[in-house]
Amino acid sequence: MSSDQPFITDESQVVTETRDARMTGQGDRFNSRLREAFGSSPFILTKFDKFLNWCRGSSMFMLQFGIACCSIEMMHTYAVKHDLDRFGSGVPRASPRQADVMIVPGTIVSKFAPRMKRVYDQMPEPKFVVGMGSCTISGGPFQEGYNVIKGAEEVIPIDIHVPGCPPRPEALVYGVVKLQERVANGEAAPVTVKPYELEEFSDLERDELVDKLTDQIDDDELVMRYNFADSP
Amino acid sequence: MSLERPDTADDAAIERTPDELEALLGDLVVGRDDHLNAPAFVIRPDTVQETLRTLKEQAGYDHLSVVSAQEYENRYESIYHLKKYDDPTQEVSVVVPADKDDPVSESAEPVFRTADWHEREAYDLIGIEYDDHPDLRRILLPETWQGHPLSMDYDKDRPQIATLPEHANPLEDHHKDAESDTMFLNIGPHHPATHGVLHLKTVLDGEQVADVEPDIGYLHRSEEQMAQSGTYRHQIMPYPDRWDYISAGLLNEWAYARAAEDLADIEVPEYAQVIRTMGAEMCRIAAHMLALATFALDVNGDFTATFMYAINDRERVQDLLEDLTGQRLMFNYFRLGGVVWDLPEPREEFFSNTRDFLDQLPESIEEYHNLITSNEVFQMRTIDTGILPPEVAKNYGATGPVARGSGVDYDLRRDDPYGYYDELDWDVVTEDGCDNFSRLLVRMREVEESAKIIEQCVDLLEDWPEDERTIQANVPRTLRPDDDTEIYRAVEGAKGELGIYIRSDGTDKPARFKIRSPCFSNLQTLPEMANGEYIPDVIAALGSLDIVLGEVDR
Repeated sequence: MSSDQPFITDESQVVTETRDARMTGQGDRFNSRLREAFGSSPFILTKFDKFLNWCRGSSMFMLQFGIACCSIEMMHTYAVKHDLDRFGSGVPRASPRQADVMIVPGTIVSKFAPRMKRVYDQMPEPKFVVGMGSCTISGGPFQEGYNVIKGAEEVIPIDIHVPGCPPRPEALVYGVVKLQERVANGEAAPVTVKPYELEEFSDLERDELVDKLTDQIDDDELVMRYNFADSP
Repeated sequence: MSLERPDTADDAAIERTPDELEALLGDLVVGRDDHLNAPAFVIRPDTVQETLRTLKEQAGYDHLSVVSAQEYENRYESIYHLKKYDDPTQEVSVVVPADKDDPVSESAEPVFRTADWHEREAYDLIGIEYDDHPDLRRILLPETWQGHPLSMDYDKDRPQIATLPEHANPLEDHHKDAESDTMFLNIGPHHPATHGVLHLKTVLDGEQVADVEPDIGYLHRSEEQMAQSGTYRHQIMPYPDRWDYISAGLLNEWAYARAAEDLADIEVPEYAQVIRTMGAEMCRIAAHMLALATFALDVNGDFTATFMYAINDRERVQDLLEDLTGQRLMFNYFRLGGVVWDLPEPREEFFSNTRDFLDQLPESIEEYHNLITSNEVFQMRTIDTGILPPEVAKNYGATGPVARGSGVDYDLRRDDPYGYYDELDWDVVTEDGCDNFSRLLVRMREVEESAKIIEQCVDLLEDWPEDERTIQANVPRTLRPDDDTEIYRAVEGAKGELGIYIRSDGTDKPARFKIRSPCFSNLQTLPEMANGEYIPDVIAALGSLDIVLGEVDR
């Protein structure tokens, strides 16, 4: 066995005819050094879950989802120079139904939160979320705003937070790669508190505000109720 | 010199003194409340249309920049800031006080179409009601919102409910018995073609658009409130970067700097003005490059190559801006009275990097012309689609490349000079096509003009005497402009006239801070361009408007 090719079995020791037959059946184009390394027994032994997680982590479809300033840096991350595709996660999908990962790039305000929740719900499981920028952590520079949701985690669970205002593309790449690592290792998403839910208007607890709006909103209309006084 | 305007021998262009204007308005005027930038006439709330019509038709004030509303201890007030497209230094403000208990004021919408959205915003945020308004409802906040957030007694902590409605087809009733069926289509708020979070309520008749209504407010980040709770000296400056966030940061910062410097009477050193001018034009290039990139994508998905090329050029400008300011996107580089630090050392390297960029720019612009503007598919999609006649553009208060693409020769850098622009040699770009193609051409040619400006600035900066490199004027640590001073000042942002109205109340924070966003007015023209066109043309028209939602919604 030569030392520079450690995985190749000694040619003289095996019946090469069988191996040749197996390899030539494929056509030469498909043979690589890796394939050669498997030699006459082209099988690997692993756990199914581990294999599936590795597949998931190696090819992530991102949701093409722009909200605010951070989405400009997100576009730069996808485009030339930073090229997120190098890491197997650079295919933005326009439809949430085809996406695995949602990058939330910007400030969430009251009018948009129900829509973001809806888009998140439309993504198939398993799904992951990268929160990009300070606004998705706490509301960022706009935290005091009367209309601003204090962090995306008030609405949907988030796996990775990338801080910055906005984060540089390199930082986002780092965050996404960290997510891929976690997915490949089968690490579960953190449990988060989600105070704001989409619900039917009739399911809300009756109070002054609900009574006031009864004439304006149908019973089966979806609504989101914000308790700004309880926000962090 | 190229900066001189073509002559206009029109009665309306004659400049009138404030007293002449007061005589023209006669009994309509009940008082004077002059602002720093313009004379201001107080009128009764039921004579708004008459006053504005007189000023528009007899005195030539054909540009309603903005309507800024506010609440005082004893009254509400709407201010109509008027200008002339031919000479924006001629300004006049019309102040309309309204009753504290029952704030009702006449709508200006029949005179200026653009007042429609501006008054809806005033109603939404302040709570003034406008009589005779065609469609007075909330524009930025959800329709179920309680209270008016910029009014005095607003409680920020009260709970609120936002809805996620299913939209009914608003035209269905009209077509019940007709042969043609209409279809209601939501475009957005999450849709790649809307450049962010814009919602277009579209009604289709077959493939054609019967009605389109932009629904905004999905990125209303309370920018005006944030500015009103910050101190003039340092706390407001970071926010302008986040209005028009497509790398137009320095242009936005200049809008605030200009308004606040004029308000507090601060003189900016010449050297700092040259640096500002150079930085601002770099931002303009970056912003127009993204406009070009996304417009190409909107028109035809096959133009991803153009997108990548333009992003590549943007990266180069961003590198220069990062050298200059220390940040890629949110620069926070201007200070009242100058800029925060001098050019990066070694200076020669910065200059030679800038020159390298400028040297390769003509070649890449040539490349864009090869890739898109001379492409037949692209031409078929953009020439003669999204028509915006100049008169309509003016009526809606459109500015920037949108107005210049309709042949409206209006550029504040030349017409209301600030910074170092009037000392440099460059041209204002206009195109007469009024279509999507013209608006793109204006942006592409403006990139060349910006390059000319940057080059002259670099020449100047290289030879600037070493001992005169003052980057900041002497500005007091705490600024407290005099009580009840009001000012409206605008600069030419990447998208058009970006103006700020500030009212001071003697403290170190503004009492009212109103942002006049060019995109807000430009977006209003979309239905004019889109109705009756095919649905792909609506997408192209929207792309050619080059809106950025951070600035539309603020």
